[in-house]
Amino acid sequence: MSLPSLFGDGELPEELSVAELNRRARSAVEGSFGGAVFVRGELVEFKIWRSGHWYFTLRDADASVRCMLWKQQAAGVLKRHGQPPADGMEVLVRGKPTLWEEKGEYRLTATDIVPTALLGAKALELERVRAALKADGFLDPDRKRPLPPLARRIAVVTSPDGAALRDIITVARNRWSAVEIVLVGAQVQGEGAPASLVRALGLVNRIDAVDLCIVGRGGGAREDLGAFNAEPVCRALAAVRVPTISAVGHETDVSLSDLVADARAATPSAAAELAVPERRALVHRVDGFGVRLAAGLRRRTRVAEERLARTGDRLHASLSRMIEARRGRVDRAAAQLDALSPLRVLARGYSVAQDDTGRVLSRAADFPSGRQFRLRVSDGAVPARAE
Amino acid sequence: MHKPREDTPTLQDDLRRLEEIVRKLEADDADLDAALALFEEGVVRLRAARDRLAEAEARVKKVVEQADGGVELVDLDG
Repeated sequence: MSLPSLFGDGELPEELSVAELNRRARSAVEGSFGGAVFVRGELVEFKIWRSGHWYFTLRDADASVRCMLWKQQAAGVLKRHGQPPADGMEVLVRGKPTLWEEKGEYRLTATDIVPTALLGAKALELERVRAALKADGFLDPDRKRPLPPLARRIAVVTSPDGAALRDIITVARNRWSAVEIVLVGAQVQGEGAPASLVRALGLVNRIDAVDLCIVGRGGGAREDLGAFNAEPVCRALAAVRVPTISAVGHETDVSLSDLVADARAATPSAAAELAVPERRALVHRVDGFGVRLAAGLRRRTRVAEERLARTGDRLHASLSRMIEARRGRVDRAAAQLDALSPLRVLARGYSVAQDDTGRVLSRAADFPSGRQFRLRVSDGAVPARAE
Repeated sequence: MHKPREDTPTLQDDLRRLEEIVRKLEADDADLDAALALFEEGVVRLRAARDRLAEAEARVKKVVEQADGGVELVDLDG
């Protein structure tokens, strides 16, 4: 007898083996959650099997779910929380919903069990926010943007009268002064802090030509850093259009804003070091380019001359005029490079006045009567004094 | 309101271009004319970079929100 006659007319559904059915059901269950979840409930029917794996049921007023936790994870739970959970305990379970294919049973594969009595309300909220940010991809390493190598305008979201702003300005000035720091004032602790930080981070997006944003505060007690763990603050930070550095001034605790920002600094000073390049290193780099430019051109002209010398007897008159024209250009180019060298300027009869740290004295105000300085000339330096 | 600075090349642009220029000059394949043109541009960029590095005092400003919803940057006292 054929299938259609057994099941009546109409479109025939696909035929599956039991194993295939369960395989697809498992894939549907796992796929629809996209990873781990936290589930809170009462733990009952707790049992440690001979294999060492833990089995239990999690239930609340409306439903229950079978759970298991592998032996390997069980060791970690014991280490973190001291003892295995007991029936009747209210717990927070971290795990992945799945389907046990052999039995066709849906269950939660747990990786951690935390009795809620061990968790303060704040820690629970922290976990909730972290999970929410992670679910939205804000904690992905791939999302991190590189910091600009030479930020010119840096927005600093912090308290207008806190130590963080002063530290950032001091470090920035010591490293390279041609940077502009724009304070976006915010309240960084207390009840109004999250809303104030959200507003300030929103303002950053409205400032022209900002290259980088530092958000932070000086060190404080753990309780005081709460605003930097607040979900709206973390989301506002993620929405800043330029790369961000979080610096909440705490070496030991990592705040959620640290995880969302493109870079984390232990202190505001450290953030300024990340943000502002050192002038000396830049000068060195620029000087290096000068040397390489000169060497590159010198080698080129030598190669060209050698090539011309080899083929010289076959040269046409017009070609030799072209070479002369190029020679003029080479000479002019070389003279330009020479003109960039301060020593060349001195050779023309100019001199440069410097103080004992080497700083150039260029204004009348730099020469109060009696001031001693050095006069740099083409072949050395002479001590001098203003009258 | 602050003037946008996108139209003038930045120190970062100059350094990036200088890196390109010296790499090309140090490679073997450009002819002399091209090498000269590169060198000449390099000298201009080098001079600009040095000028920018000599720029003075760090400025510190603060953001002030305007009634019309705009933002303004004003010097921060102290």
